[in-house]
Order: sequence, then structure tokens, then C-alpha cells
Amino acid sequence: MGLVHSVESCGTVDGPGIRFVLFLSGCSLRCRYCHNPDTSYTRRGTERSAEDVLEEISRYRDFLVNAGGGVTISGGDPLFQPEFTRAILRGCKAMGLHTCLDTSGHLGANADEVLLSLTDLVLLDIKAWNPEQYRKLTAQPLQPTLDFAERLAAMGKPVWLRYVLVPGLTDQLNDIEALSRYAAGLGNIRRVDVLPFHQMGRYKWQELGLDYTLGETAPPEPELTERVRAIFRCRGFAECTY
Amino acid sequence: MSTTTDEQVQACAVVGWQSFKPGVWQNEINVRDFIQQNYTPYTGGDDFLAGPTSRTEKLWDTVKDLLKKEIEAGGVLDADTEVVSSIISHAPGYIDKELETIVGLQTDAPLKRALMPFGGVRMAHHALEAYGFTMSKKTLDAFKTLRKTHNDGVFDAYTSSIRAARSAGIVTGLPDAYGRGRIIGDYRRVALYGIDKLIACRRKDLKERENLVLTDDVIRLREELNEQIRALDELAQMGESYGCDLRRPATNSREAVQWTYLGYLAAVKEQNGAAMSLGRVSTFFDIYFTRDLEQGTITEAEIQELMDHFVMKLRMVRFIRTTEYNNLFSGDPTWVTESIGGMGEDGRTLVTRSSFRMLQTLYNLGPAPEPNLTVLWSTQLPEGFKRFCAKVSIETSSVQYENDDLMRPYWGDDYGIACCVSAMRIGKQMQFFGARANLAKCLLYALNGGVDEVKFKQVAPVSPRYEGDVLEYDKVMELFDKMQDWLAKTYIDALNVIHYMHDKYCYERIEMALHDPEILRTMACGIAGLSVAADSLSAIKYGKVTAIRNEEGYIVDFKTEGDFPCYGNNDPRVDEIACSLVTNFMNKIRKLHTYRNSLPTQSILTITSNVVYGKKTGNTPDGRRAGEPFAPGANPMHGRDKNGSVASMLSVAKLSYDDSQDGISYTFSIVPGALGKDEAEREGKLVSLLDAYFAATGHHINVNVLERETLIDAMEHPEKYPQLTIRVSGYAVNFIKLTREQQLEVISRTFHTK
Repeated sequence: MGLVHSVESCGTVDGPGIRFVLFLSGCSLRCRYCHNPDTSYTRRGTERSAEDVLEEISRYRDFLVNAGGGVTISGGDPLFQPEFTRAILRGCKAMGLHTCLDTSGHLGANADEVLLSLTDLVLLDIKAWNPEQYRKLTAQPLQPTLDFAERLAAMGKPVWLRYVLVPGLTDQLNDIEALSRYAAGLGNIRRVDVLPFHQMGRYKWQELGLDYTLGETAPPEPELTERVRAIFRCRGFAECTY
Repeated sequence: MSTTTDEQVQACAVVGWQSFKPGVWQNEINVRDFIQQNYTPYTGGDDFLAGPTSRTEKLWDTVKDLLKKEIEAGGVLDADTEVVSSIISHAPGYIDKELETIVGLQTDAPLKRALMPFGGVRMAHHALEAYGFTMSKKTLDAFKTLRKTHNDGVFDAYTSSIRAARSAGIVTGLPDAYGRGRIIGDYRRVALYGIDKLIACRRKDLKERENLVLTDDVIRLREELNEQIRALDELAQMGESYGCDLRRPATNSREAVQWTYLGYLAAVKEQNGAAMSLGRVSTFFDIYFTRDLEQGTITEAEIQELMDHFVMKLRMVRFIRTTEYNNLFSGDPTWVTESIGGMGEDGRTLVTRSSFRMLQTLYNLGPAPEPNLTVLWSTQLPEGFKRFCAKVSIETSSVQYENDDLMRPYWGDDYGIACCVSAMRIGKQMQFFGARANLAKCLLYALNGGVDEVKFKQVAPVSPRYEGDVLEYDKVMELFDKMQDWLAKTYIDALNVIHYMHDKYCYERIEMALHDPEILRTMACGIAGLSVAADSLSAIKYGKVTAIRNEEGYIVDFKTEGDFPCYGNNDPRVDEIACSLVTNFMNKIRKLHTYRNSLPTQSILTITSNVVYGKKTGNTPDGRRAGEPFAPGANPMHGRDKNGSVASMLSVAKLSYDDSQDGISYTFSIVPGALGKDEAEREGKLVSLLDAYFAATGHHINVNVLERETLIDAMEHPEKYPQLTIRVSGYAVNFIKLTREQQLEVISRTFHTK
């Protein structure tokens, strides 16, 4: 059984083509900008069996194939429930669907070889490059994410790197420079998405009665976002489209 | 193949046909064959397209100014109050004669509405009054005393049961007081063959019917064929008044467009049909354009100018309508539907450069609801065209898509869409437009023994009411099924009367002159309230619904408890209910006799009448309150599709096209950000969505890509958005021309935000 927060049948920003996105509850990080605190900070959701979820996915199978897409398991962090995630991935592969794992990598150790062999693409969210900054932002250490990234690199597993640009928190250009160098060295990063911080998650924090510390933070200026993208582009990440 | 020099000589011998490849099209009226022999498929991108010429810009500025004045004048700029419109009733009219490359207006002045009383003189009279005009006494008297109209005929024959059903609103929107429309003349025939040839063929058709037994059908047909000849002759006269010799075929690009347009113009001078669709002309024009380009007699800019000027004229088609009509079909629509693209039966794409040019008018002239641009989508369409369509949709929200792969096996590769979603072989098929019956209300009638839940009048024959408090699915279904038998019969009775009388008093002479003499007729029924009925039955089956009765014992409300699946979430439990509603009602219609042995079909389409239908329907077991609008067409109810747009699309795609051959309308609204982060990505994702939706056998989709906030702002500041166009149910409207109620309904619809 797994704790499923929700599903979205028309995911357009979580991997190639049109994605069926399965949001699982639970996350090991406590990101201050989290836009899904309802899936990560709390364990809200519905207990569902893998069979039940797979039956639902099977109704979308042909559509997803025809739309050049597949299934993305997101959250929360899908590696918070590795057994369940593995079962879903196995079922998806059996249906011939492309699979994505959307994770921070902090729980990368939970992903065994089998789980990774069932994953076609990892969307790896590196929250910050500076370990101090990472801890400040997420309340957790950076190292497990880097270990996971290097493990994926050694396997040659395709990865899209994601970086959320938050003014005052993750906008130090020298850190970003260093991250881009690191990413280029890994050799398996197919694309980098620089995501400008937005306030769309704010209402969820309020709804949950949680203390939101970024209420005063504005989205980054477009010039800054462009500058950060340019840093990655210089490293040869041509597909740095957003 | 093309070495048949004899035939080529013959082809050359007809002025206008030089360098065309020969085929059977030369010996019979066969536009499809002409297209197949001569068109050039195009698989490239949009880089060849030309912007507007300065002449186009100047002319369009004049038109925009007129359109502004029309809005300021309260919706109608001017109207003829005396001259009954016919093909030759008015002297030529111009916008700016010097600038127009394509000429012809419905009356003698731009945007001046014509007087067309044959559908119903009362309607014509009230429509004029609604805008502050008065019909001339002489004309009004003539119709009251000398010339019966369609509307009079219909009410002579209506039964009391039909009248009751109509006034209660269980059937609504019937074309019993206005032109039925939804007939597409093959206007291309005017350009390809010229009027002389078309008349000669009709004379031959008559001659071939000399020795038949003169049954009612043959008598009627002979009269109609002669009427058609007369109409063709008038078309030639009208052409002459504009300096165009329509008696001979068009000889160049400009004439091909001009001749085709005048054919269409004749139709809209004589008929104010609900939908006056154009057909499928882009690829036909392309043959002339390509030939003239190759011969160096025209440039790309000049071709685009012809297209822009043609489209400008189509945007100016107007009819005068009553307030009630406008409430039903809001935004002054005319449904000048043009079908673009598609694939040929031989596997070649029917996309040509002119498919692009037609869409390009949305850039050169800005977005607009008319013509109703309809892309016939196939997963096999060239990628360049798919991308361009997606780009245009994202930037203008002015395009609808229909499934060519689904329709081609039914209608071949030279069909067009009439109105919103109704496919018909061009020149070979017409439909008897039948508006729609209200299934949700029918469910309430079933519970109340045929008594209307709003008016508390016995509308359907007295039948057993639902006994007991908690609604049990099987018992409800039994009553509902019987009530649908009554509804189907009453509905078809009404349609048979309407079309009998329309043929008799308001016959479409010129449109039918541009058809084959023997055609397929469909009886196009329709249903409204599908999602409300499906969710209500789902609530009864999977939740707990308790009837609440008033003092007289009629069920007027429901207490609905428990979770139940709603249509629009790709949940088979309720989607099966929706599918069986569609199939069952169609089967009931199939059993009934139809006028002129027409083939019964149905649509799941409401246009904007979902608002009026909702208004006339009481509380429903799904929790919808009395008076609340229905979802449009086959859409899930607003906000109940919780699993994202793909789930919603897949629910709709399950409805059987075989049981809804008149079309299944689905309107999809998404905010740009939910489609992707940048332009290229959004285009790619939209193409993927369309490919997969149509591969899943979805029939139709309106695509709106806009922010809800834009619409709210447009409601408050209409002057800022003169051309804001959105797709509603099967057509596009100028948002600021909708009634406030309609605007609010559009805003309340599900916008997929991810």
C-alpha cells in the first residue's frame, strides 16, 4: 500500500510529452519554499494499493504513448515510499510506459538497482550547491543528493537537473557556477531547468496552518533568471529552456 | 498518366481550365476529382507566409471602424426594413471599391442587415424591433395577408403535445421560426464550372426524370430543380451587377475566390439559416494559386491579399435576430465554417499552402470568431502544419479541431463541417437541423410522471410517478427509459413538421442548386444535459439520493449523500452511464419515421444554449441547483473534472461517434502556463495532446489558451478587447459580444491550471 496525495492526468512540465503525474505523500526535506507542503510536510493522502493505482494508469496508457509521454512519480518525494514507487514503476514498464522519478535525491539510498532499472529518466532537484545553504533551506545535508547524482552518473542514467532560483537564498552566482561545473562533469545531465521561485504554494502553507517564511520574497527578476540560465547554457546544456 | 493529350486539349479548350490535369471532373460535376487530380500537398512550415498588404491594412481599418460603430449602435448598425432580400434584391454594395479585390455584400451597404421573412415574419418583425427598427407596413401586410411563412406552416401542423414540450423547454432551439441552415452549397462549383454549365446539368437532370411516375417525391423534386435553375440564373445576374461574368468558369486566382464567394453570398442573401457554413475551399483555391504562381502572374503577397479580403467579407456576414435567439446562440454567430486540412483517401495530405494562408488571416486581420476555422486533424498531418495550428491556437484561441481519421471512413475526404461539428459530404449531403432535447429534464419528468418540475404542468402523458423516498437506480432507469420514448417521439414529430414546412415555404434554392440532384439527408437530432444526467444517475447508483417533495407531492429537490464518480474523470463507472445514455437515445430515434426518409443522427452539442437549458431545468440529483447552467456540449460539469484535462478528454472520447454522427462537442480551456513554460514547448505539448486525444477517438475539441483574469478584465473593460475571441461550444465568439450571463458561465468553466 502507498499513500497517494493526488494524480494529475495532464502533466506538461514533469518530463517529456504529456505525463500522468502521481503525487505521493511524504518527504524527508523541509524546504522553506516547498510548493506542495500538503504532500511533504504532512502525510495527507489516500491509502491505495499499487494494483489500484496501476489499474487507473492503464486507462491512460494509449493516450500517454500517443502523446509521447508517460508516468512521472512525484511528491513529496517518491523515494519516501520506495517499495510502493518500485511497484508502480514495475507496472508502468510492463505496460510499455516511459517512467520518470521526480526527486530531491536526499533519499537516493532508498532507490535500489531494481528501482533505478525501472526508471527511464530522473528529474533531480538540487536545492542548493553550498552545503550550509542547503541545510538552511531544507533542514538536511546536501551530501546524500550528491552521492545519488554520482551513482546515477556512474550508471549513465539520463537526468534532468532542476534548480529553483530563490532571491536571497539560492541566487549566489559563484555557487551556481560551481553547480554547473559539477553537473557538466557528471556527463548524464540531459537538460537543466532553472525554475524561478513563485508564490503559488503560499496558500497551501496558510491552509495547513504552517509558518511560511518566504511571504516577503519576490520572484527573481527576469534578468537574473536569464543570467543563471546562461551559466548553464555555457556548460553546453542546450536544452535549458526554462 | 498525363499524356492523354486528347483530354488535355479538351481541358485547354475550356477557358479557365488551362494547364489543369484532366479527369472525370471535366465530364461531370465533380469538384473532388478536380482537387485530387490537381492539388499540391504541402509538408513544409509557415516561413513562406506573407503579412498584410497596405491595401489590406487600409481596408481592414475601415471595416474595424464599422465594427466599432456597430457595437456602439447596440449591435446592429443598419437594417433594411422594406426590401425582402433575395439574390438580386439589392444594388451592389462596397466597403471601399478602390481597395476591395473581392467584392460583394449582402445588401447595398456594409453591415446593413437584410430582411428575410420567409422563415417567419413575426421573427423578422420582432428582430427589427429589438434594435429599434420598424418593418415597413407594406411588407409586413404582404406577408400577413398574401404570403404564408415557414413559421405559420409549422404551427398549423404542431400537435398540442409538441407545443407543450416546446414551451416547457424540454425541447428548445427548434428552427421553427427561423431558417434551419446547416446546408453547405458547393460554392466551388461556381468557380470551376460557371453557371451556364451548372444550369445545363440541371436541365439534363430534369430531362432524366421525365418518365418517372409522378409521386409526391418526384413532383417535389421537379419543382425544386426548376427553382434551383432560377436561383442559378439570379446568381449570374447578381455577378453581373458586380462586373463578374459568372456564366463562365473562373480563369485566374482572383476569379476563383470571387466566383466562389459570390456563390456563397447568394446563399446568405436569401437564407438567414442558423449556420451558413462555407465548406472546404482553401485547398480548392490553392490549385488556382499554385498554377498562377508557376505562371508568374501572381505573387505570394497578392495571394494572401485575396485570402485576407475574402475572409474580411466572411467576417461581415450578418443576420438580424430576436433577443430570445441571441440568448440561445449568443454573440451574433453565423457559423461561416471553413474546414481546413485533413488527409486524402489515397494517403496524401490535403494540407496545402492555402491551409496555412487561411489560418494566417488570424494574424493579418487579428483574431475573430468568423469564419469558424476548423482544422480536420489527423495524426498523419504534416508536422509543420500541426505546429502552425498549435501556434495559432495558443496565440488566438480561434481554432477548433475535428477528427479527420474518425470521420473520413464515414464521409470520405471531401466533407465539410456545417455549423460546429456536423460533417457532410460537400454537394452530396445536407441535414435537417434539429436543435436538441433536454435529457436532464427528461429524467425529472420520469420521476414526476410527466409533470414539469418548474411549471408544474402535465407536459408528457400522465404516467406513474416515482414512489418512495430513496431513489433506486433500477426503478429510476425504468421510468426514465419510458419517458425517453415519449421525448424521442415528440421530438421527431416536431422535426418532421419543421422540415416539411421549411422545404415548402423557405426552400434553400441556391444552396441546393450547388448540390447533386439526389442527395443524402440526415435528421440531425441532439441532446443537451448529458453530464448532468450522467452524474445524476451516478449519484443515484453509487451515492444515496433522497427525493424531497413539495406539498403537492412533486419531487422538487434531492438530498444527495456519499461519494459518487462524476463524468469527466476517466472513471468507467460513470462514463459507461454517459455512453449508454447517448446510445439508448439514438436507438430510440432510429426507430421513428423521419421526413424524406432522412437518416437519423444526433449531436452532443449545445452551442451556448446550455445556459438557457439550465435555466429551464429544476434541481437535479447530482447536486446542481435549479437554473444553474449545464456544461456545454459533451463537457463534464464545471469543476467536477478533478483529475486534469486528459482524464476529461478520455471521458468525452468514449462517447460513440457511431451513435452521434452529427458530432460530439468538447471545449477545452487551459491557461498558457499549464501547457508548458515557453512557446516552443507549449506548441509541442498541444500537438501531443491533440494527437493523443484524436487517437483515442475524440471527435471535436475547441482549444482556448488563456488566463481567466483576461476574461474578467474584458468583462469590466470591453473597450480594451475589441477582438478577444474565445471558443465556446462548436464556435468562436467575440467575448465582449456575449451576454453578461454567458460571460460569467464561460468564466466559471473548468480552466485546467495543472
